[in-house]
Amino acid sequence: MLRRRVIPCLDVADGRVVKGTRFVDLVDEGDPPELAERYAREGADELVFLDITAAPERRGTLLDIVERTARRAFIPLTVGGGVRTVNEMRDVLRAGADKVSLNTAAVAEPDLIRQCAERFGRQAVVVAIDARQTAAAAWEVVVQGGRQSTGLDALAWAQRAVELGAGELLVTSIDRDGTGSGFDTALLRSISSTVEVPVIASGGAAGPADFVAAVRDGGADAVLAASIFHRRIHAIAEVKAAMAAAGLPVRLVPQAVA
Amino acid sequence: MSARPVVAVVDYGAGNLVSIDQALTTVGADVRIAGDAAALRGVDAVVVPGVGAAAPAMARLDRQGLTEPIATWLAADRPFLGICLGLQLLFEGSDEDGATTLGTLPGRTVRLRDAPTLPHIGWNQVERTRAHPLFDGIEDGADFYFVHSYAGAPPDADSNAAHADGLVLARTTHGQAFVSAVSRGALVGVQFHPERSGPDGLRLLANFVGLVRAA
Repeated sequence: MLRRRVIPCLDVADGRVVKGTRFVDLVDEGDPPELAERYAREGADELVFLDITAAPERRGTLLDIVERTARRAFIPLTVGGGVRTVNEMRDVLRAGADKVSLNTAAVAEPDLIRQCAERFGRQAVVVAIDARQTAAAAWEVVVQGGRQSTGLDALAWAQRAVELGAGELLVTSIDRDGTGSGFDTALLRSISSTVEVPVIASGGAAGPADFVAAVRDGGADAVLAASIFHRRIHAIAEVKAAMAAAGLPVRLVPQAVA
Repeated sequence: MSARPVVAVVDYGAGNLVSIDQALTTVGADVRIAGDAAALRGVDAVVVPGVGAAAPAMARLDRQGLTEPIATWLAADRPFLGICLGLQLLFEGSDEDGATTLGTLPGRTVRLRDAPTLPHIGWNQVERTRAHPLFDGIEDGADFYFVHSYAGAPPDADSNAAHADGLVLARTTHGQAFVSAVSRGALVGVQFHPERSGPDGLRLLANFVGLVRAA
């Protein structure tokens, strides 16, 4: 049976993990490949790097850490943040990523989804949707980390993205992101019940019970979180144990090759 | 044969080859990334990786002059591993885009039936139908990483009985069961990605390199 995935997300800038570095207990966890390998060992099903490097001329650093990660962690790697063209996506895949996540660039130029899916296959194209609730059962797509409205309905955009070639949707509730108040399961359910592709839940995880709710109530196929793993508030194994106890299929943490 | 057999990884696109290169190197192979026929000369085994659709892949293999040497390699029953699309290309054709493929194995590549989500992305259990050294040291039902919407369907795809010249080595269920590993002679093929399947994936690749060494 297909397992529900648990995916740690690492925010990287200039080749270093940045989210969480202000916490004193994390002083030695700034190298993305090293942290990626640790997560793989602890049972992460996939990894996401979100590149928030400000200066485009420093993007070479990202390709270097993607390659070093691919050579150390033998689990799938998705890279998001700043990919705006087919050629940029090609460079990231060649460096060792399996998927690229498109967000702002896809909203600005939806045909980019089609071009990337045509060239690399839809399984390599994740479309990230940042959504903000506007009414009881309505969400608007926002970009630039939630600072900019688009006027797009999140559900309509999700359907369009899949039609254009998205192989997965990474759905983040901007209202919940960073608040630890749990995933927006109504948002997740409205999208997961409409599209055929897997939906990855993001934004709001505080504890293992939230992961269970994202899958059971939100219909999510996978659940992504950042700070609760970086800050070691919860271990991946702990989250998976809670999911298994709730009757959800998860991959148990494997033992390394002896 | 040398302690580190030379394994050609066929490069016919823009996808990620870093993972398979590193994984095979880690388990004792001397990897050669092969973008043309000349690069296949003198190697001990051929690995065809890949994701995506069949027609553009076949077009690229043709353009790089690789279709013929790969078919010859397979006809000679030399050590071969097809991964995901690299397995699908061994069948006669693909329902995904109507492509005619190598035809080394009987049957076509068909869409997964009754799948609750497509593409089928994530870790799923690989259940063996018979013993094979490719899976030595790996528990039956172990999880491997999949990312695909289609899978090859040989004549014994759904048969529970042992087939006289059966290809099926393992099945996986997403909606209905599909074929997730095959073997025939020195050819093995897997629908999942061992290079992205953690310790069990490395074990499977180590077993393949062991088979190459013993060939």
